[in-house]
Amino acid sequence: MPQVSMTVNGKSATGEVEGRTLLSTFLRENLNLTGTHIGCDTSQCGACTVHVDGKQVKSCTMLALEAEGAEIATIEGQAAEDGTLNAIQQAFQDHHGLQCGFCTPGMVMAAASLLKENPKPSEAEVRHHLEGNLCRCTGYHNIVKAIMAASGQDVSAIAAE
Amino acid sequence: MPKDGGPNGGIGASTTRREDVRFLSGTGNYTDDINIRGQAYVHFLRSDVAHGRLNKVDTSEAAKMPGVVRIFTGADFEGIGGLPCGWCVTDKHGQPMQEPAHPVLAQGKVRHVGDPIAAVVAETPEQARDAAEMIELDIEELPAVIDMKAALEDGAPKVHDDLTSNLCYDWGFVEENKDAVAKAFDEAAHVTTLELRNQRLVANPMEPRVAIGDFNRATGDHTLYTTSQNPHVIRLLMGAFVLGIPEHKLRVVAPDVGGGFGTKIFHYAEEAFCTFAAKAVNRPVKWTSSRSEAFISDAHGRDHVTTIQLALDKDNNFTALRTDTHANMGAYLSTFAPSVPTWLHGTLMAGNYKTPLIYVNVKAVFTNTVPVDAYRGAGRPEATFQLERVIDKAARELGVDPVELRRQNFITEFPYATPVAVEYDTGDYHGTMDVLESMIDRAGFDARRKESEARGKLRGLGVNCYIEACGIAPSNLVGQLGARAGLYESATVRVNATGGIVVMTGSHSHGQGHETTFPQVIAEMIGIDASMVEIEHGDTDKAPMGMGTYGSRSIAVGGSAMVRAAEKVINKAKKIAAHLLEASEADIELADGQFSVAGTDKAVAWGDVCLAAYVPHNYPLEEIEPGLEETAFYDPANFTYPSGAYACEVEVDPDTGKVEILSFAAADDFGNIINPMIVDGQVHGGIGQGIGQALLESCVYDEDGQLLSASYMDYAMPRASDVPFYAVDHSSQTPCTHNPLGVKGCGEAGAIGSPPAIVNAVVDALRSGGHDIYHVDMPVSPSRVWAAMQG
Repeated sequence: MPQVSMTVNGKSATGEVEGRTLLSTFLRENLNLTGTHIGCDTSQCGACTVHVDGKQVKSCTMLALEAEGAEIATIEGQAAEDGTLNAIQQAFQDHHGLQCGFCTPGMVMAAASLLKENPKPSEAEVRHHLEGNLCRCTGYHNIVKAIMAASGQDVSAIAAE
Repeated sequence: MPKDGGPNGGIGASTTRREDVRFLSGTGNYTDDINIRGQAYVHFLRSDVAHGRLNKVDTSEAAKMPGVVRIFTGADFEGIGGLPCGWCVTDKHGQPMQEPAHPVLAQGKVRHVGDPIAAVVAETPEQARDAAEMIELDIEELPAVIDMKAALEDGAPKVHDDLTSNLCYDWGFVEENKDAVAKAFDEAAHVTTLELRNQRLVANPMEPRVAIGDFNRATGDHTLYTTSQNPHVIRLLMGAFVLGIPEHKLRVVAPDVGGGFGTKIFHYAEEAFCTFAAKAVNRPVKWTSSRSEAFISDAHGRDHVTTIQLALDKDNNFTALRTDTHANMGAYLSTFAPSVPTWLHGTLMAGNYKTPLIYVNVKAVFTNTVPVDAYRGAGRPEATFQLERVIDKAARELGVDPVELRRQNFITEFPYATPVAVEYDTGDYHGTMDVLESMIDRAGFDARRKESEARGKLRGLGVNCYIEACGIAPSNLVGQLGARAGLYESATVRVNATGGIVVMTGSHSHGQGHETTFPQVIAEMIGIDASMVEIEHGDTDKAPMGMGTYGSRSIAVGGSAMVRAAEKVINKAKKIAAHLLEASEADIELADGQFSVAGTDKAVAWGDVCLAAYVPHNYPLEEIEPGLEETAFYDPANFTYPSGAYACEVEVDPDTGKVEILSFAAADDFGNIINPMIVDGQVHGGIGQGIGQALLESCVYDEDGQLLSASYMDYAMPRASDVPFYAVDHSSQTPCTHNPLGVKGCGEAGAIGSPPAIVNAVVDALRSGGHDIYHVDMPVSPSRVWAAMQG
């Protein structure tokens, strides 16, 4: 089987994969980075969202071999070394932006990408950016609120604080 | 009055969730995250036709494929029990429902697209899939029945050859009321009739189902890891009825579970298969569902077709209600399917209203479709939707205010025995409606409508109420109604020597936040910090027994069991404290984590009493045993009855038929609240799913039984941009009178209460545009709205 090498959360990673192995499967099964979740097989749900060379990518839309030499960031690399949550993760906890937790890694990675490009997004911009990330638990209310809060905006006026 | 939680993070505190840290950092432990050394992988070959005779399943070529360990077919399961149904409904003639066999792998026939035919166990998932493609099938395709009414016609193809027809049961409730109801309709001043469909939905928790079977040949112990809302129930059903494994040799673990919404209650073929196959091949066997597979193998929800009639007298009082429903069971009876259109639906038809006479008829029908069972709300959304829609139509026909018509008919005195066999213990429907009206600025609606009209849009306001029966359920009652299980809950409270506490509960958290809220209750009871309490759930080797989490029952039933066990612990601890303080047990008081002697300054700390229990040097050994651990089983005396009033404002684009939800307000009465933040989140999520049902989602079969909406490309899941921020309020609180916490449950309310508000609003908008429309079926898609507007 061919070999692939990449950098994942700042560490080099190498593995043997079949040509058809998806990046999402490589992360989970070869690297044991099971925080990246697989919620569908048509690239709609976004639970497998990671960053590839700084860009938001659904890792089920890429073959592992396509990531040769790439810099990958996953949910496991978002908190500090001592486990302290980053600002987006902390906002999700503070504003109850997750329930079952399955879509959460993808949501956090999508949010990170949004805030990098648009540091103070409007509600509509947040909702639009999340069009590729499905959540079945939260009705999105607290996810949108958490992302706006993580961007430093005052969310206290949003209904049902 | 709502409580604030106090300094310990007790009842009423919006404590942030401790479970979030692992989910946010990618260190959750979902079933698919588990790999067991040496495991093989299974791929199921599923039927691609809705109905057919299996003439040949030839696995000989497939067995030669690389990596194949073994291939199983229905023949391997001959003589092994099928999947059991947990509820037997008795029909209106006193006869039990027709109950077909439900084999683990198809035997002789396939009955829906997705019915599993064979299972390939191989070294890798890819090899299992590749080999499955080499299995040679000869399926003689038979005519399929998809439409329920067609399925009941004479000469319709039968889903099960050994049943007399496709009718599972014809249920009348309350049959003795039927003639009196008919008479009331004859005498009515006004009758409103509405035909509607509560469309088939797919629950779609974001985590697809997974099962891993493991077998220890040396000890004979089986373990099943599965994505379940109720691992003990799976252990009982699979062990006792399918595989014949005694419970002490079978452990079922449901670790972190990524949402359930009902569809992870049921015992599925894949669980039984993996458990069976692990022993047969002497290796762990893992199955991970793809989303496409989930669409054709997870039990679906809803799928009712109903005619409802409301009779009113000349003063607009409701005098009688009559409903006639066809409920789709699909091809087999899923675990609790028969109970959903009957006891979880008919008993709710009184709603919030003092209608004196009610008759409910339900015909449950087999079709060549995926089995249908409970989905968030389970029967109660169907009841609420038809009732609140027919009331709305009546108000429009009579030219009266829909809120006033509801208020006029509200139940106002409690307890209230409905004519459909349940007794509401508490409620304040006017009070809850008052809260809602304070949230929505009804007086300003006309101005907002004019503003919309100025932009060429039609604006509508929809209001409705709901009631649900939660905290399922008194075991003796549900036993009389056909349940083949008790519906109590258990908990063990284990106090460690240094005062920390572990609670093992049969409730299962798959998003509800039990790991945070259950400790809040213990913290409140003992006066210690919530951080001193941990919750264990999801493992049959830990909690003594559990009926699991569904029907908004966790805090009402599981929480009550925990309270009862904690009360036993406290009572024992008081005995120890009395001994240590050389006082009478009757004088011992517990507050703020201290046992004290009433009226004195003598006190001993919680931790010292716990230590004494485990280091019993100075201890009343002649009276009580050492140790501090107690178990309680709690069987509720009644259901709980949360209620609420919901409102929605929509804007309809008359050029396209597109509906936009501008605002949504929910006023709920959940009784006492443990964690307001989490309750808000539960309501948000329920409303999100209700918006999905009202506007977007529909599970569609073609006439041949092919599932057209079988992926996220075809099944419209609500997205962030489809929904607004929601206003939710649960300050209207009438505590439950029969459980120790006064709680009612909040998990399903949003999904039950929201669809009628949305459809009522759409009808209101369309009528404001001069369209003589009383109803649009869900999902209220642009094409449906457009068609309705064209007459």
